Amino acid sequence: MELTLWTYEGPPHVGAMRVASSMKDIHYVLHAPQGDTYADLLFTMIERRGQRPPVTYTTFQARDLGGDTAELVKKNISEAVERFKPKTLLVGESCTAELIQDQPGALAKGMGINIPIVNLELPAYSKKENWGASETFYQLIRTLLKDKVNAIEKINPQRWKSLGRRPKVNILGPTLLGFRCRDDVIEIQRILSEQGIDTNVVAPLGSGPDDIKRLTDADMNVCLYKEIAETSCEWLKRNCGMEYTTTIPIGIENTINFINEVHEKLDLSLTNKEELAHKSKLPWYSKSVDSNYLTGKRVFIFGDGTHAIAAAQIAKDELGFEVVGLGTYSREMARQVRAAAKDLNLEALITNSYLEVEDAMKKASPELVLGTQMERHSAKRLGIPCSVISTPMHVQDVPARYSPQMGWEGANVIFDDWVHPLMMGLEEHLIDMFKHDFEFVDGHQSHLGHTATRSLEHKETEQKENNINSNKKTGVIWTESGRAELTKVPFFVRGKVKSNTEKYALSKGLPEISDETLYDAKAFFG
Amino acid sequence: MSKVELNKEAGPREVFCGLTSIVWLHRRMPDAFFLVVGSRTCAHLIQSAAGVMIFAEPRFGTAILEEKDLAGLADAHEELDRVVDDLISRRPEIKTLFLVGSCPSEVIKLDLSTVAEKLNKRFLGQVRFVNYSGSGIETTFTQGEDGALKALIPLMESSDDEKLLLVGTLANNVEDRFKKIFNNIGIINVESFPPRQSTELPKIGKNTKVLLTQPYLSDTVRDLKHRGCEIIHAPFPLGVEGSTKWFLAAADAFKINELKVHEVIAPLANRARQAIEKHTEILRGKKLFLLPESQLEISLARFLHNECEMDLIEVGTPYLNKDLMEEELNLLPENTKIVEGQHVEKQLDRVRSSNPDLVVCGMGLANPLEAEGINTKWSIEMVFSPIHGIDQAADLAGLFSKPLKRNQILTSKTLLAPH
Repeated sequence: MELTLWTYEGPPHVGAMRVASSMKDIHYVLHAPQGDTYADLLFTMIERRGQRPPVTYTTFQARDLGGDTAELVKKNISEAVERFKPKTLLVGESCTAELIQDQPGALAKGMGINIPIVNLELPAYSKKENWGASETFYQLIRTLLKDKVNAIEKINPQRWKSLGRRPKVNILGPTLLGFRCRDDVIEIQRILSEQGIDTNVVAPLGSGPDDIKRLTDADMNVCLYKEIAETSCEWLKRNCGMEYTTTIPIGIENTINFINEVHEKLDLSLTNKEELAHKSKLPWYSKSVDSNYLTGKRVFIFGDGTHAIAAAQIAKDELGFEVVGLGTYSREMARQVRAAAKDLNLEALITNSYLEVEDAMKKASPELVLGTQMERHSAKRLGIPCSVISTPMHVQDVPARYSPQMGWEGANVIFDDWVHPLMMGLEEHLIDMFKHDFEFVDGHQSHLGHTATRSLEHKETEQKENNINSNKKTGVIWTESGRAELTKVPFFVRGKVKSNTEKYALSKGLPEISDETLYDAKAFFG
Repeated sequence: MSKVELNKEAGPREVFCGLTSIVWLHRRMPDAFFLVVGSRTCAHLIQSAAGVMIFAEPRFGTAILEEKDLAGLADAHEELDRVVDDLISRRPEIKTLFLVGSCPSEVIKLDLSTVAEKLNKRFLGQVRFVNYSGSGIETTFTQGEDGALKALIPLMESSDDEKLLLVGTLANNVEDRFKKIFNNIGIINVESFPPRQSTELPKIGKNTKVLLTQPYLSDTVRDLKHRGCEIIHAPFPLGVEGSTKWFLAAADAFKINELKVHEVIAPLANRARQAIEKHTEILRGKKLFLLPESQLEISLARFLHNECEMDLIEVGTPYLNKDLMEEELNLLPENTKIVEGQHVEKQLDRVRSSNPDLVVCGMGLANPLEAEGINTKWSIEMVFSPIHGIDQAADLAGLFSKPLKRNQILTSKTLLAPH
C-alpha cells in the first residue's frame, strides 16, 4: 500500500484510452464501474477535444456483482459494435473489474464479432499509464499484423533504392495527452520531407486500423517517444526486421544526430550537413552576449524519461547551464536516466512522490526548475522560476500556437520557454535590489506570473531573515555584520549562502559568523 | 402530487462516483483528512476533479492498493495501519480521519469499520477515525457526502435542546446569511451539519428539527430520524420560490406565524426577482435538457422553469428518492419528463433529436456537445459555487444565462469577421 497525495501517472487503462482516443475507427469497451468515466474529461477538458473518447464503460454496480456481470459485458460490447461500427475493438478492464475476473476479452472473442478484437490485460495494481499506452499500442499492432509479418520478407531499410521510390518511414509514439505530440509530429515530418524522406504512417495519433496494417510498407520506424513506442518498434524489428531510430530529436545536437541516424539506416547521403547547424536560432541566441547571464545557471530537472534526459543534455551542452538535479517518474526508463545523471556526476532521483522531488529541489537550490506542472507549483512555493517540459498534461500544455519540443522549431521554443522565466527572475532580483529607492512603487511586480508567489516568497524571506540570528540546529550565532552582509545577497541564493556559511563555520569550529566569515566561506566553496 | 412522467433507464453512465464529494467536504472541515483506500484510478480521479496541484499538501489522499495487498487481507490491514501512522506523523494537526472505501476495497471486502475501530483505540484522544464508502459501485457523485455525514452521526452527542439543524454542506457565506435570516424570523438556535470544524459536531435529539440544504442525503436523514430528530419537509433552497418555501417550512415547525417570514423575506425576494429578471430575458422560452449528475437536477429544473421561464425537455437524475423529492416534484409543471438512471448513448440521441438551447451535463460531455453546436453548462459548477438561498438566486440564474449570452457574443463576432 502506497500513500499517494498526487500521482504523475494515471492507471494503465488511461494509457489505453490515450491510444484509442488518438485513433479513428477504434472502440474500447472498458469493464468498469461508474466514476471511471472521469477519464473522459482528461481528453475533453485538457486537450479541449470536440469528440468524446471512443470508450463504452460497462458501468457495473454493487447489485450486479451477485448476478451476471459477464452478460453485462456482452450486452455493452454488442451495443458498442452496433452503434459505433469500429474496424477494431479493444476490450479491457479497469482496476475493479480486474478483481471480479470476468475476462471481458475472452468473452468478446466468443461472441462471433467479425472484426479484430484486442484483448487488453493491463495489471492495474502494478502498472501505470505510460506502460498501459505502450502495451495497448503493441497489442494492437501485434493483433493486426501478426499474420502478415510471418508472410513477408524481412524489411531491409535500404530496399527503397531497388523499389525505385523515395524512402519512407513510420513515425510511432505520438498520442493525445502526450507532451506537445501534436506539434512534434508536424516538425519531424517537415524535417524528414526536407531530406527527401516520406512519411508512411503516423501512429497512434491520427491513424486507424487500416493504417496499422500497412506499417510494413515503410522502410523503417522513427521511435518518437520511447515510453509509448519502443516495445512496438522492438516487436516490428524482431518480427520483420524493421530498423528503428534510438535518438530522440530534442535539441540541436540530437536533431542533427537523429537526421544522421535516419540517413545511415536508410543509406541515404546527407547533402545539406552544413545547413543543419543554422536551422534553429538556439545556437546563436545561446552564443550571443546577452546570454552571458545564462552561463552556469543551476538547473533542476524532473519529468518523464524522454524529456528529462533531453532537457539535461540541452541544458548542459546547448545553453551552458549547470545541471544540479535530474530525475524521472518513469520507472521504465530509470536505467537510462540513471546513466544520464551519472554522466553529470549526479545521482538520479527515481520517484513517484512529488514531495520527494520538492525536497530534492530545495536541497539543490537551483535557479531554474524544468519539470512537470507539479514542479511548477513546488518551484512557485520556493520562489524559483520554472518551465514545464513534460507530462502529466495540463490545459496550459496544449497551447493554441505551434509549439513543438522536437526539431529546429522545438529548439527555438525551448530557448524561449526556459529563458523567459529566468529573465523574469532577473527582473525580480532587480526589484529586490532597488526596492529601497524612492522611485520604486511598493508592491510592484514585474509580471503576472509571480504575483501569487511574491507575498509568500517575501514571507519566507522575512522568516529566513528572522531566523538569521541563530541557527537552532547548528547553534552558530550570526553577528550584526554577518547578518547585514547576508541580507545583501540576492534572495534566490541567500538560503544556499546561509547554509554553506554555517557549514563552513561548524567545520572550522567558529561560534560566530561575521561578514568576514561569510567571505571566508565564499572563498572556501568557490 | 403533480403528474410528472417518471421513467427509468439503465446502461452505460457518464457520472462521477461518490469519492468526488471529498473535493468540497475537505474544504468544509479544514481539520479533517480524507484517506481513500483504493487504486491508482481513485487517486487519479480525485486529483483530476480537484485541481490538486494548487495545494502544497492536500488534505486528502489515497492509500493505493498494490498486488501484495490483494493477496491477503490481514496484510492489507497491517499495511493500512502503517500508512495511517505515516500520515498522522506528517499531519499532526488532523483531528478526524475519514477512511473512505472505494470500488476495489469494497470488492475485496476490506473491512474499514474494524480498521477504524482499532485505530480509534490506538489514537484515543488524538485523532478520531470514521469510515464510509464513496465507491462507484454504490454511490454517485454527491452521494459521497451522504455517506460521510452518516458516518459522523454516531459521534454526535445527545441533547434535548430545541434547535434547527441545517444538514448538507453550504458555502460559509451562505450559511452565515441563512443563520441571520433565521434569527430575523425568530429561530435563534441554528446549527449546521457538517460543522466548520469536524470536532464541533452539533448535539442532537428529539427537539432537533432537521432542514435539508441538499437533496442527496437519504441515509443521513434516516439515521437522524433514528436519533429522534424531526425532519422538516420542504423543497430545497434554490431560487426565490424554493428558498421561501424552505424558510416557511422551518418557521411552521417552530410555530412561527408565516406573516413574520414574509415580512423578513419580502424585501429580499423582491430584490432577487428583479436581479433574476435580466437573466430570464435570456432564458425565457429556451429549451433545457438536464443530464443526470449532481442530484440537484430536479430542484434546478423547478427553478429554471418556474422562475426563469425555461421549457423542460428532460430532467435526468442519477436516482430518485420520492420521499425527499416529493415537495420538489409537486412544484414541477405537469408531464415533466423525469428520467432516473442513464443510458448515456440513448440519452445523447434524445439530446440531439430534441434540439435543446441548453444542456446541463458533466465535463466529459460538455466540449463534444459544444462542438456539435449545442450550448452546455457543466453541472460540477453547481456543487462548487454558492448557489443556495434567495440572495444567490440571481447568481444561480446567471450560471445558465452565461453560456447563451456568450454564444450570442461569439457568433455575432464570427459573422462580422472578414473571411
